[in-house]
Amino acid sequence: MGLLSKKDTKLITDPLADNNPITIQVLGICSALAITAELEASIVMSIAVLFVLGVGNVVISLMRNIIPSKIRIIVQLIVVATLVIIVDLVLKAFAYELSKTLSVFVGLIITNCIIMGRFEAFALANGPWKSFLDGIGNSLGYAVILIIVGFFRELLGSGTLLGYQVLGDAIEKTGVYHYGYENNGFMLLAPMALITVGLIIWVQRSRNTELVED
Amino acid sequence: MEKRTDKNSYTILFAVLMVLVVGSILAYLATALKPKIDENKRFEKQQNILYAMGVNDNDEKSIAFIPTDKVEEMFTQYIKRQLIVQGDTAVDYKDAYLINIKKEASKAKEASYQRKLPLFVGEKDGEEFYIIPMRGKGLWDAIWGFVALDKNLVIKGVFFDHKGETPGLGANINQRFFMDDFSGEYIADGTTFKGVTVAKGNADPKNNDKTDYEVDAIAGATITGDGVSAMIKKDLKMYMPYLQTLKN
Repeated sequence: MGLLSKKDTKLITDPLADNNPITIQVLGICSALAITAELEASIVMSIAVLFVLGVGNVVISLMRNIIPSKIRIIVQLIVVATLVIIVDLVLKAFAYELSKTLSVFVGLIITNCIIMGRFEAFALANGPWKSFLDGIGNSLGYAVILIIVGFFRELLGSGTLLGYQVLGDAIEKTGVYHYGYENNGFMLLAPMALITVGLIIWVQRSRNTELVED
Repeated sequence: MEKRTDKNSYTILFAVLMVLVVGSILAYLATALKPKIDENKRFEKQQNILYAMGVNDNDEKSIAFIPTDKVEEMFTQYIKRQLIVQGDTAVDYKDAYLINIKKEASKAKEASYQRKLPLFVGEKDGEEFYIIPMRGKGLWDAIWGFVALDKNLVIKGVFFDHKGETPGLGANINQRFFMDDFSGEYIADGTTFKGVTVAKGNADPKNNDKTDYEVDAIAGATITGDGVSAMIKKDLKMYMPYLQTLKN
């Protein structure tokens, strides 16, 4: 790898699996439960977090030597909130349709604990380039889980993927519905998101027993 | 030795500066982009009103509004009159579609206030549509919509939208499978106002019966659905005295 050193690559690949923000650090669970009933919403949320965490980590990292330690959490909050509001305003002016799809997520991004967690744990102690990679890595790790959960919830709950009917029409009784299959409405409710995340954690820890805590 | 950044004076100075910088950036952006954002909102309203009366680029499944660069022209072309309803009469009112229904509803809490009830008369292929704006509460936040009626108080088309309903559940009130169900429903039995109820356990999920004053609810979105029913009942009812006069 010419562009990234071995250490830098780890910053991106680690959060994807063995140090995943959702399944290992158990951060950002709230948004993972709230918006994963649809695959599309999961993807949009992932992109939004990717942007805010990537840029936010760099900003915090650049400011790390001048932030007073007593008010650092508030400073971090202001940075997140400002970024999110700027994005929201610009989208409203130039991509109105997209901004309507995103409106639900704006509040959820600000409260996403992954963002504050990475600011506090990484960006305050590392340079901008490393922080940027860390931000990208963590939001990709977040995205992977969101997309897996969104995929199963939408498929089993509504029989659709990205809004397209992949299992046939539930009302007209075509496709698998013809054979008596029914959508599981439970999958659309928040508890099933938690159970799906739990199943992912189970699979991940039985594949890599080092992750199991005593 | 104490670090420079730990001093109280430094902390306060930093906080003040940061607030000033961030505040000015946001204030500048908000003011600079406001005209553009307002224009987008105006176009959206025009698109929604036209959508309700069936002026849209829909195909079989999709929801497609008139593009924003054409919407203003189409709006003046299709919307013949913009009115304000007062009891059983209505008067012309310029740009009635810009009336803020939310503000009107809160002002109307004072008994002395005469609430402005906007009504848009559209015409398409020789048919007249009476389009009524409405606003209510969903599960998390506001929901709103436009209902297009004909002279016989039969729904010709609707458009619903929401601010923050749950994706995959309540958020689906702005989807075709939900909105299309309303078309053809009666809102009144003779002169008695009935509204349209978003009903669970409906014996008519394909919605063949158009005079049951019911459409099929979305599973998992009970409160949003109830909000839609309540919004229709409350806001349409205010127009009834005027709508009754159209029949003759």
